Amino acid sequence: MAQQLSVFLENAPGHLSRLTRFLGDNNINMHALFVADTGDYGVARILCDQTARAVEVLRDAGFSVTVTEVVAVEVPDKPGGLADLLDDIAAADIDISYSYCFVDPATKNACNVFRLKDPGAAQLIRDAGYRVLLDTDL
Amino acid sequence: MNRILRPEIECMPRTELEGLQLDYLKRTVPKLYATVPFYKAKMDEMGLDPFRVKTLSDVRYLPVTVKDDLRAAYPYKMFAAPMRDIVRIHASSGTTGSISVVGYTQYDIDMWSECVARSIIAAGGTKDDIIHVAYGYGIFTGGLGLHYGAEWIGACAIPVSGGNTKRQVQFLRDLVTVGGMGCTPSYALLIAETARALGEDPSTFPLRYGIYGAEPWSENIRRELERELGISAYDIYGLSEIMGPGVGFECEYQSGLHINEDHFLVEVLDPETHEPLPDGEYGEIAFTTIDKEGMPLLRYNTRDISRIIPEPCPCGRTTRRLQRIMGRSDDMIIIRGVNVFPSQIEQVLMQFSDRLAPQYQVIVSKKGALDNLEVQVELKPGFDFDEISSLENLHHQVKAAISSELAITIDLKLVEPHAIERTQGKAVRLIDKR
Ligand SMILES: [Zn+2]
Repeated sequence: MAQQLSVFLENAPGHLSRLTRFLGDNNINMHALFVADTGDYGVARILCDQTARAVEVLRDAGFSVTVTEVVAVEVPDKPGGLADLLDDIAAADIDISYSYCFVDPATKNACNVFRLKDPGAAQLIRDAGYRVLLDTDL
Repeated sequence: MNRILRPEIECMPRTELEGLQLDYLKRTVPKLYATVPFYKAKMDEMGLDPFRVKTLSDVRYLPVTVKDDLRAAYPYKMFAAPMRDIVRIHASSGTTGSISVVGYTQYDIDMWSECVARSIIAAGGTKDDIIHVAYGYGIFTGGLGLHYGAEWIGACAIPVSGGNTKRQVQFLRDLVTVGGMGCTPSYALLIAETARALGEDPSTFPLRYGIYGAEPWSENIRRELERELGISAYDIYGLSEIMGPGVGFECEYQSGLHINEDHFLVEVLDPETHEPLPDGEYGEIAFTTIDKEGMPLLRYNTRDISRIIPEPCPCGRTTRRLQRIMGRSDDMIIIRGVNVFPSQIEQVLMQFSDRLAPQYQVIVSKKGALDNLEVQVELKPGFDFDEISSLENLHHQVKAAISSELAITIDLKLVEPHAIERTQGKAVRLIDKR
């Protein structure tokens, strides 16, 4: 399992750049950034190298931050690799809240991140033979 | 429960109470005619003989006093007592920044202290208590009003005043080993929130009761304060022009403000015609101070909107009760022809107190030719916004609930915890940009 930061953003110009600039100024390196928005609100979901410290400095600076457990799964490096993964997840009846994809900087492999309705279901993905990354792998 | 300071007055049969009111009124009206040129001119103009007050209902023929009259009388023209008998001056500020001045004789100060003392006793206070007074001290009446009331019953008052919220937390935790506190309800919420932020649980403090006033608040805020601070929370009502806090107060039944009717004659006036309305109907609250000496006022229109609760109170007091103040008729906003009070919005927001913090602001502006009302409310810290659908659901539910309560469509903006500026006095709930 991996720890993901979720930062509440007002959907207005400058808020995302303020956030990313702030992380950069604090020497926090992002592996993945995915912004979800509803038109009124945005949530920036971030995987980074120093999650605990990032939470602390963001809260001190007045950002609204929560930490969410997500599952980062290495996508097999072959044609149709992501489709296979998604098929297997559907077949195992695992409920997904959302997912997004990024490239793991260490291995240059594609990696898919899932928030599961039931975090315990991560084991089912492992059981299906996939590599589930830990914070230390990122 | 015996929480009544002066049962012989507070529980007096209505006929006796009304006899006492009439006696006072018959003295005060001629005195005002003789000493305050403003009232003499008014009564002459209306063809009123100040000695012809025969019954209490004759009060309806007396002149109404409004805030502008007090401003025009600045500084001392409304005083009915000579300056050598005035022992204290307070003031109240108007929205326009102009100030009106109120003078008290020693009799007035004693009467006021006793009115506040009745409120403290009704809230469960005793002479052995320590009372943390976080109302502002100074020319406004909150701080000194509660202070003198506490001393009147022989309790120990701590004059903390407003400000330095961390120290407020420390005092409440360490100094108020038995007793209660008083301030505006919004400041009490800020103190509780600050305590939590410091890692303290204020509901474990020994505090037993809070006496909150000086701004309209809701039943839901009461529950929130009672839960957060582990207390019973009581409303106290008053205004500087009439005296200060203690014109009315809640008893242990927490169901309306008992008016100290042996000093204040209360009327509910139709906001348009200014004619008195029967008990039970909503209108503008007006008071006649029947025994004050320094600056007695006839039918002073507070512009606070409420009604008199017609039923007697189970506590045994015979003084009539004023319903919790809905707001000032000045605070009433007219949006697309509909009357709206910020307190109605607050009532709705508190139904979502599992996800929303009790911090909000109402912003009124023009969108093209139309009035637009936007409500901004803070998410509760810890709200899981990562699943954005939970934000959307909350947004839709709150927007629909407020729109249906007010019967107009509103805009809603959920904002981050602590995004709304905190104040130490009266909360700024309404920003009208029109
Ligand atoms: Zn009562």
